[in-house]
Amino acid sequence: MRVVLAEDLFLLRDGLVRMLEAYGFEIAAAVESGPELARALDELEPDVAVVDVRLPPTHTDEGLQCALAARRARPGLPVLVLSQHVEQLYARELLADGNGAIGYLLKDRVFDAEQFIDAVRRVAAGGTAMDPQVIRQLLSRRSAGTTPLGRLTPREREVLELMAQGRSNAGIAAQLVVTERAIAKHTSNIFAKLGLEVSDDDNRRVLAVLAHLDRDR
Amino acid sequence: MNTDEDRAGLRAQAKETLLAAVQGLVLAVVVLPCGVAFLALTLLSVALVPLGIGLVTTPAVLTGVRALADARRRLAAEWCGVTIPAVYRPLPAGANPWTRTVALLGDPQVRRDALWLPVDMTAGFVTALLPAVLVFFPVQGLLVGAGLWRAYAGEPGAVYWYAFVPVTGQATALGAAALGAVVLAATWRLPPRLLTAHFTLTRAMIGASHAALAERVQVLTETRRDAVDTSAAELRRIERDLHDGAQARLVAMGMDLGTIEMLVERDPAQAKRLIAQARRNSADALEELRDLVRGIHPPVLAERGLGDAVRALALRLPLVTEVTVELPGRADAPVESAAYFAVNELLTNAVKHSGADRVWVDVHHTDGRLRVTVTDNGRGGASVGAGSGLAGVERRLGTFDGVLAVSSPAGGPTMVTMEIPCVLS
Repeated sequence: MRVVLAEDLFLLRDGLVRMLEAYGFEIAAAVESGPELARALDELEPDVAVVDVRLPPTHTDEGLQCALAARRARPGLPVLVLSQHVEQLYARELLADGNGAIGYLLKDRVFDAEQFIDAVRRVAAGGTAMDPQVIRQLLSRRSAGTTPLGRLTPREREVLELMAQGRSNAGIAAQLVVTERAIAKHTSNIFAKLGLEVSDDDNRRVLAVLAHLDRDR
Repeated sequence: MNTDEDRAGLRAQAKETLLAAVQGLVLAVVVLPCGVAFLALTLLSVALVPLGIGLVTTPAVLTGVRALADARRRLAAEWCGVTIPAVYRPLPAGANPWTRTVALLGDPQVRRDALWLPVDMTAGFVTALLPAVLVFFPVQGLLVGAGLWRAYAGEPGAVYWYAFVPVTGQATALGAAALGAVVLAATWRLPPRLLTAHFTLTRAMIGASHAALAERVQVLTETRRDAVDTSAAELRRIERDLHDGAQARLVAMGMDLGTIEMLVERDPAQAKRLIAQARRNSADALEELRDLVRGIHPPVLAERGLGDAVRALALRLPLVTEVTVELPGRADAPVESAAYFAVNELLTNAVKHSGADRVWVDVHHTDGRLRVTVTDNGRGGASVGAGSGLAGVERRLGTFDGVLAVSSPAGGPTMVTMEIPCVLS
């Protein structure tokens, strides 16, 4: 699987290259600035891009803008965005086109190599990987009033959180150390309580949940 | 010895007088045409405002008047050491012609500059020309006495009047020379003083008024003290947060790693437990640093500017918040930061005290001012009293000449408006 990596801090870029290579990814390009990233995304047609939000030369949200522009040119181009901080505002912009194949994670998540690599693979396969912090912010906003979320059991909330992050039933089951069938039961309860249509497609399911959580703002 | 000093003094005085005469002449030559031209243009331009043409020309003309006044201020300082203070209001850049014209005409300093033009081309012209006249007139008399009269009295019978002396021959020419000498002796110390008088007159016309300056100094002194206090308190808070937070966690991590090194072969299970603990510590340290950074300069503010930073802030609130932003550019970083933290404080207040379930934030820039309004549908009763968060917000805005207005009747709604004069880029 070919990866384009954009990260301006040498240590982190180097570490990511080594980690990705160790897990069998091929690094098509590892760049350190916005313009280089734009060119790499345009010319190299990678299977997935791992992009830092803040890049030279402006050191603002250059990486994010590049990723969004590349996805406008190639809808559904898998992009995993990394940042020192996560904002719902940015998450919403990334999810806005409804195409999926989007990841948005704190840089801290690379500490856990297995989970990080799992997120990269998920995004490359057209799935979603949202940072737990984004989801927690979304949930805390939504559960303030008397919303359908208030009717979920604590366990169902837990499952919803993991589902919104983009995990599959199997992934959630492994994380919570229960059977996949138990998770399937929880998810159908959740969908019923939130009034969402059940979908077998994992990717579509995540996007529906995220859209529901981000509604009414 | 004494005479040497006298002579040196005399020479210096003569040089000063001559210089003042030349400077006066230069000024007089420039004053009249520029004054007439700019006065005519200003009147014409303002008269054409109702037709629309004036909206375009007035800012340009008034900028020219200001340049003229500024040039005179520089000359006053360089030639006579007269400082003429000026307090212009900041001009809204990128504003439409109408607001620019209104802002310019509303500036007392600009109005004083315009009123100065007619005075400058009359009294100012005279006081500038007089030093030159007082030197060149006697010099001419002396030259007439020395033989220049022949050139004036070209044909026989023609009479050349030097002041009240009719010059017809060498004898009367000597009379003219004598008159010149008397005038020179009487007035030769005057030109530098007259030139100073010219600039003093200018200062009276276009110098910022004393009361205005005194008031400004008072305000600046207060806001500077507040700014220094606030930033010192901020630094203390940051130091404490780092010391008790990230720094302490890194120490703990270092210790854990040391223990792990020792245990890794003897007790792998225990080592593994410690590794997990070290990782938790590093994650917590990062989290604390992130919160700290958000409190110093929020990343979204750096990346996107005030509008999106306020939007991101609103998304973190447990209330339904509507944000409208109308900013054609970005303000200076310190202004953005002050506005952001003020909004943050107002929103926090709304969440904590108002009991509101809806908040509206409006951010826009007009007439050279950044205006932010935060409205909630809560119970009201907020005031800028001592100890309230609003007083702190007001103090912080003061550093940027910003103001805060609170309308919060009992029963609500609460509407807080703040304005900071600033230019967008």
